[in-house]
Amino acid sequence: MDDLYRDYILDHYKRPRNFGELEPHDLEGLEHNPLCGDELGVHILVKDGRIEDIRFHGHGCAISQASASIASEELKGMKLADVGALDADWMIELLGIPVSATRRKCALLNLKVVRGAVTGDNAWPE
Amino acid sequence: MRTASGGRAGVRADFPIFARDFGGRPLIYLDSAASSQKPEVVIEALAEHLRNHNANVHRGVYALAQEADAAYDGARARVAAFVGGEPETTIFTKNATEAINLVAYAWGRENLNPTGAVLITQMEHHANIVPWQQLCRERGAELRYLEVDERGELSLEQLDAELARGDVRMLAFAHVSNVLGTINPVAEMTRRARAAGALTLVDGAQAVPHMPVDVAALGADFYAWTGHKALGPTGIGVLHGRREVLEEMQPFLTGGDMIASVDFQSATWNELPYKFEAGTPPIAEAVGLGAAVEYLERLGMERVRAHERSLTAYMLERLAQVPGLRVVGPPEAERRGGLASFTIEGMHPHDIAELADRGGVCIRAGHHCAQPLMRCLGVGATARASVGVYNDAADIDALLDALLAGREVFGLSGA
Repeated sequence: MDDLYRDYILDHYKRPRNFGELEPHDLEGLEHNPLCGDELGVHILVKDGRIEDIRFHGHGCAISQASASIASEELKGMKLADVGALDADWMIELLGIPVSATRRKCALLNLKVVRGAVTGDNAWPE
Repeated sequence: MRTASGGRAGVRADFPIFARDFGGRPLIYLDSAASSQKPEVVIEALAEHLRNHNANVHRGVYALAQEADAAYDGARARVAAFVGGEPETTIFTKNATEAINLVAYAWGRENLNPTGAVLITQMEHHANIVPWQQLCRERGAELRYLEVDERGELSLEQLDAELARGDVRMLAFAHVSNVLGTINPVAEMTRRARAAGALTLVDGAQAVPHMPVDVAALGADFYAWTGHKALGPTGIGVLHGRREVLEEMQPFLTGGDMIASVDFQSATWNELPYKFEAGTPPIAEAVGLGAAVEYLERLGMERVRAHERSLTAYMLERLAQVPGLRVVGPPEAERRGGLASFTIEGMHPHDIAELADRGGVCIRAGHHCAQPLMRCLGVGATARASVGVYNDAADIDALLDALLAGREVFGLSGA
């Protein structure tokens, strides 16, 4: 069993949840991974101050795609007011694998996109 | 490859990093296109200079300062001779990027206007794109691109058509593409550009370390390369320029050492090459680069090229055995430098590189600072394996084992 490429990571990579477009949507974002130029976008539908539905689109490595897929399941139903407080530890813990310093941005790209779409804060999660 | 003194370990034994233990394994380094490893003679030359000959250059009258002068200018002479250049027109910079910026600023600001255009190619490294973008924006000039065909090569017909428009003032292109590996027909391109009244700049970062290069014969007005890819230290690049053009140019960076005299309101410029070397230069780095080119000369650049060409042919042959693997660039090793960029169906290049590392193999993944080219190729990123003088077939075999094992981790089928 590979430490990084665990079965559930590869499963999310090959069959990403909540991927595609969402029309109509209320919020959207698009970011690039500076390491490789990969692109990840998000569409979010809002209802009663919560994320009613969410879809990611774009391409990326197993780490970035699995992170987005896994995060999407947590984000659905979350209060918008809580999204800004999500940090890097939240994402890394959720991912459950040892992410090296160079691959950290792959794992955090989805959270950067979502936080940017919801709060306007485009900083890398810390 | 083997040294003149023989022995299978030969060249590899000259590079101390290959004696280091990496978790029970030796280093398998296939990333020389990013940066080369350093032979002991370079490390020793740097250390010896700093230990016993260190002083600033060009101002001291004492004996030690004269030693530093001799070491710095001696290194320049060696580096110039290595590629058929002259010391007076061989300028030390920080890297190839700074060498290209020097031309874009110092030549471009004075000579480009809205009636002119800069012509580059789709296969350029960002270092040979962005300085021209900035220059063209500032001067209101057009930036145009020669296209890359499906073989990863340029078209001389398109070059002729672009030059025939009569507005091209500068043609800038890579000698060897850092992604495709393509070796461009430099002499043919510079000849056509000159006939059309355009200057030429060649980015030789991926060429000089790997094949015989004669800047005089290639005929470019400017030829840029970098030390750290050529077995030398980081922090030193080289720009060879045509004397008449350099003499007409204004300086790039200004300050100490590059002046003849300074008055309260004005200054006059030092002679070539010092006019383009403001401030204390990379002295120890120059000495290290001098030792690097001496080492390469001892190996013989014809032999270096022959060794890397046969390794590249072997690499292409082995990569073709990996299911779902696609190599970009010219299919023949004769037409490319010592590198292969590739994608594998079902695996992102970052994951390929991460899994290669599990097998102890260092390769690179990403856009390789060539995002416009990636767009032309229709890929977001590629993995890239590149060879140097110290690699052999066993390194390629290790890469293949790692790639096939990586496919298994990803549960990819096919034999």
